[in-house]
Order: sequence, then C-alpha cells, then structure tokens
Amino acid sequence: MTITEYFELVFTDYTLRTITLGTAVLGAISGMLGSFAVLRKQSLLGDAISHAALPGIAIAFLITGTKDTNILMLGALVSGLIGTFWIRGIITKTHLKTDTALGLILSLFFGFGMLLLTFIQKQPNANQAGLDKYLFGQAATLVEKDVILMVIVTAICLFILLLFWKEFKILLFDEDYTRTLGFNTRFIDILITFFIVLAIVLGLQTVGVVLMSALLLAPAAAARQWTNKLSVMVTLAAIFGAFSGVFGTAISASQNNLSTGPVVVLVAAVFVLFSFIFSPERGILFRELRFRKNRRDLQLQKTLQFMYGIAKTHENISHPHAIKILNNFQGFTKKTLQELEEKDWIELNGQQWAMTNEGFTAAENLYNQQVPNV
Amino acid sequence: MSSPQIEIQLIAAVVAVACAIPGVFLVLRKMALISDAISHSILPGIVLGFFITQDLNSPLLILLAAFSGVITVVLVEWIQKTGLVKEDTAIGLVFPALFSIGVIMIAKNANDVHLDVDAVLLGELAFAPFDRLLLWEMDLGPKSLWIMGIILFTTLILFFTFFKELKVSTFDAGLSSALGISPIIMHYGLMSVSSVTVVGAFDAVGAILVVALMIAPAATAYLLTSDLKKLTLLAVAIGVFSAIGGYWMAHWLDASISGSMTTVLGIVFLLVYLFAPRRGLISVLYRQKQQRTEVSLLTFLLHLNNHSEEENERHINHHNEHINWQKVRSKTVLDLALKNNMVSVENSIVSLTIKGKEFTDLALEYIITNKNENIEHMKDDFFLFRG
Repeated sequence: MTITEYFELVFTDYTLRTITLGTAVLGAISGMLGSFAVLRKQSLLGDAISHAALPGIAIAFLITGTKDTNILMLGALVSGLIGTFWIRGIITKTHLKTDTALGLILSLFFGFGMLLLTFIQKQPNANQAGLDKYLFGQAATLVEKDVILMVIVTAICLFILLLFWKEFKILLFDEDYTRTLGFNTRFIDILITFFIVLAIVLGLQTVGVVLMSALLLAPAAAARQWTNKLSVMVTLAAIFGAFSGVFGTAISASQNNLSTGPVVVLVAAVFVLFSFIFSPERGILFRELRFRKNRRDLQLQKTLQFMYGIAKTHENISHPHAIKILNNFQGFTKKTLQELEEKDWIELNGQQWAMTNEGFTAAENLYNQQVPNV
Repeated sequence: MSSPQIEIQLIAAVVAVACAIPGVFLVLRKMALISDAISHSILPGIVLGFFITQDLNSPLLILLAAFSGVITVVLVEWIQKTGLVKEDTAIGLVFPALFSIGVIMIAKNANDVHLDVDAVLLGELAFAPFDRLLLWEMDLGPKSLWIMGIILFTTLILFFTFFKELKVSTFDAGLSSALGISPIIMHYGLMSVSSVTVVGAFDAVGAILVVALMIAPAATAYLLTSDLKKLTLLAVAIGVFSAIGGYWMAHWLDASISGSMTTVLGIVFLLVYLFAPRRGLISVLYRQKQQRTEVSLLTFLLHLNNHSEEENERHINHHNEHINWQKVRSKTVLDLALKNNMVSVENSIVSLTIKGKEFTDLALEYIITNKNENIEHMKDDFFLFRG
C-alpha cells in the first residue's frame, strides 16, 4: 500500500480509520499534557511512569483473569500512580536525587512487571497470550471502543485544563508565589500529575511502555521552540502530536513489518529536529545566522575604528590614505570596504580611501552607549 | 545443584558486580538516568553489529553497541549545549529515537535473523550456559561468563587504578581540574565503561534490567552509608545477594530470572528505604515528628516565659486555646515539659522551673543571635526524655 492509497482508504476502511483516529487523539492529549511535564522539568517522569505501569497490567490480569483493556488500564493507572508517589517519597524524604529515584522506580517496577508477565505465561490459562503487546504497543489492536474512551478522556482533560488554566499556569512558573497567594499547590500538583499519568496509561496499548515517554516529550519540546506563550505551546504541542500520530500511522501502514509505535516516535523526533533547526527565534540555523551577522558587524566596526585612528591624526579627516596601510590589519576585505562605502562612512577612490564626516562621527560614537544604532 | 545452575548463578553474580561499580558513580554524579538512556540506545548498535557478525557475543558487536552508547551521551550533551531544552528533556528525546531506529531495523530484517526486541530488552539468563566457548575443542565454560568476566576484570583494574581520580572528580569537579585531573576525561571514561558494561550485560539480563542492576544497589547502599569505599562494597554485596536470591526465586516461581533479580533488588531497596537507620523513611518521619514536638515545647516555654507575670495566661487549660493547639498536642507538650522538669504545675497554673528558665534563656539567645553553634548539644544537656 502506498501513502496515497492510505489516504484514500483512511475514510472508508474501519481498521485504518480507527487506528489513525486513535493515534491522532493520543498524540494530541500527550502533546498537551507533555507541555506541562516538559516545563516542570519532569520530562523523564513520563518514562518512569510508563515503565512503572507494567506490573499494574499484570496484576490486573492476575486478579480478574480478563484481558479487557479498561480493566488492564485501570491496573496500569494504579501502579503508575503508586510509582509516581513513591518517586515523590524518595525525593522528599531521603537524600537520593531525582534521577536516582526515577531510575530506581523505572527499573524496579519494570523488572517486577517482567517477573509477573513471565509468571503469567507459565500459567495453564489460554487467555494470557498477548499481554506482552503492552511492551511495545500494537496500534493494530485498537478498536472503536478504545478510541471513544480516548476521546472522552481527552475531553475531560481539556475541560479540567481550561477550568484550572490559571492555576496550572501560575504553578508552572512560580510555585512559591502560588502558595503565598493561597492556592492549594498540593492539589493542583496532584491533579496535573494525575492527568499526565492518565495520558501515559492511555498510550500504553498503542505505543507501549518503552516508547510512550517520547510521545509525551517530543511534541512539547518541538512546540516550545516556536513560542514563549503557554497557551500557544499547548495548542501547538497537541497539533504536532496529532500529526505525528497520523503520519506515523500512514508510514507504518504503507510498509510491511513496521510497527506503528516506533514510527510515530520517529516522526515526532523529526518534528523536534525541524523545530530545533528552523524555529525563527530559538532555532540553531537562525541563531547561527544572527551570530554571523553580529560577527561581521563587529569586523566592520573594527576596521572603521582602525581608520578612525589614522584619520584622527590628520587635520583634514577626509584626507585620502592608501588602502595599503590597512594591510597589516586583518579585519578588512574588498567587500567590507565596499560595505563601509555603502554606509557612506568612507569614500573609495582607486587605491585610496578617505573618511567622511559621517564615518568620523560614527567611529567616535562606536563605544558610546548613549547613541544607539551607530 | 547441577552445573548449569552454578554457572547461571556465577554469571548473574559477575554481571551484578560489573554493573554495581559504575552504578555507584552514576548515582553519585546524578547521572543515573544516563544508564537508562544508554541501555535503550545501544539497540541500533547491537542490530548493526549483529547484521555484520551474525553473532550476539562477538567483540565487534559489543564495541559497536558501546560506541552507540557513547554517541548517545555526546548527542544528549550537544542538545543540552544548544540550550533549547533542559537536560532531562534532552535525554528523553534522544534515547527513544535511537531505540525506535533499532526496533525498525529489526522489524525490517527480522525474517532471517535470530534477534528480536524482546530478547534484547529482557535477556534470558537461563540459556546462557548453553552457548559455550570452545577453544581447540576444549570446553572453557559459557561464553557470556567469559565476556562479563573480562568486562568485570577491566572495570576492577580501572576502578582501583583511578579510584582517587574518580573520587575527586565526582565530588568536586573544580578541585579535580585544579589538581590536573580532567573531569571530562573521567566523565567519558565512566561513560565508556558504563556503555561496555550495559552492552555486555544486556545479553544476560536485558537492556532495561541492566538499569536496575546499576542504580538499585548503589542507591540502596547510599541510604546506609556515605563512605565511598563502604558504599561500593555494600553495593557489590547487595548486587550479588539479589543476583543469587533472584535466581532461586525464579527457580521457585518458574519465571524470568532477570525479572526475579530485579524484584529481589526492589524488595531489598524497599526494606532499606523504610528501615534504614537515620535515612530511612520511618526514622526520617520519626525525626520530623520529634523535631515538631521539640519546637512546640520551645514555643510553649517561651510563652510561659513571656507571661511570667500574668497567672491567667499560664492556666493549664488556657494555652490549649491560646497557642491554638489541639488537646492531645498540648497534653503531649505539657507532659514532656513536666518529665524534663522544665515546668511545675500548682493549682492548674503552669510556671517555669529554674532549669526551664535557664533553657528558655539559652534558646532565646540562640534564636536572637542565631550563631552557628550547635543547638543539639543544648537539647542533650536539658532533655532527659526526648520527644
């Protein structure tokens, strides 16, 4: 199937439509909530939570014996929340640092989950097959019911986000100030963390525990480059996330043997790379160009300063001098001289240059902060 | 115990020791999550190496994979340097991308190779003894034991040779460069050793559980001691204990060995986290409660001191509402004060004793001048029964 065929089929084919919608909604919600995670410097919390959800899935299966997605997700949610609060406990009550706490919970919970999964596999119960799809996710197992659940959760999340927008925003930027204003920071904090955990758990079925954190981070990190405004960032992150979902599904559907999760993550990574390079304000490309321009301006000013030093010693500042005498000075080329002439700072005449009055004043005020834009 | 059983336990113990040593420094340098990043992003290196050599245990594969681990570190640092995102975001962006590339590489070529993502991520120790190293038709033991043994040996040599340098660059990068020990070289040295260890160990315990073996022993030991030598020894001991305990747990449950090893590590960590003397959760909570009571006692004594003239302010039922305490709390504080002979009660009027007055004056002086002298010895001098 080619990409064009995919886009023709996406509206008619049930499976494709469901998967595309599912990944798009998932990308949107994780981008939205990921913005908060990234801005709160909790980027890797997502990684830890998604791994910590694994034993929850296994235990939910062991208790109920069903593979109903909702029940398994409930288990994942509970175990993800336990992991999150344990991380908090380690950070606040012991001297272990954030990174150690995250790494600990991530690996220990995951290991315990693996133990349970292998334990389940040895059980004489034909129903157990397929639990390991939560490791890497299988978008193909999405059914309409799952997508509806995702949409409902996203709607609730959006509603809460709008309702507590001001609280979330102020908590992000100044937690101490929020507390002095009398907001219940603990409650807001727990609320936002709960929704982040919820978004991660939603994504487990589609992209799996290993890659879910990237889907949370990447759209937000990309969106961050384009704006300094929280509302714009959240919206952009949601859009980037949704597009990563759609494109990822399209690409993986158009090839054989290509699971959706990794492709979605790679598409999101491309978004990030593009934003890192081409964002006009913060991007590497434009920043480099700005640096270059500044450097050139400085060179020009250096040359001008040198000429000023020569011209100053003469009574008539416009007395012509040979270009040759600039030779031992490294900052000039033909081009910079022409540029200086364009600015009317010097006059070129064959092999001679002469400073103009304007150039003289400009050079005089070069290091004078009071006169802007010399 | 049969011979494969002994061999499995031996491999597990060697892996645990080899992971615990670099893990100690990663935890101390607040770079624990780098091990997570490395363990994921070696995947493309492993796949590439596997396509070339068709052997999961070949040295070339290990080198290639370790190289991709170092590349991860470099990439993360490069992204960090651009200042576009924070450090943790940089880690979180790099390794899933590299991991995805690895997964896709496997998926596109999976038909003819014996390599799947589960094997790389989870490892299987149970099969390790069957892949044997044969040299001149002599059976020299399991291959992975040799590989991990060599890695462990190198790590140990490096550890003992550069212990002093590692120590100083870990705790004070500035001092270390002033002494002529480049923290950058130490940093990349540690990263390379970690990468190689992760790669060597993934075959046995899987890429994610390597993280547990690196971080958990060190973190657990760090709750028990602050002495670097003891910390390292303790981490190694915890690692070996969990490796062998995990093996028998897996044997009993008939489940994954690496999963059981991690679970044992988790249980050990949980126990230490709860019960560690001084740094464990229970002792921290107890200490916080004690300090709260002590501060309350101080407030109470200061209140009495302030109102030494007015008797109605010192009525036993009065401070209950006046300092805005609950009944139980006021009673605890009063009892504590009485027990320590700080106050005396006559006709329901509480007054400071001479000892109480002395203590309050000292405390007041401490609060006003707030010099760096230790308040603890003061408490030791006056408190017979601590809160």
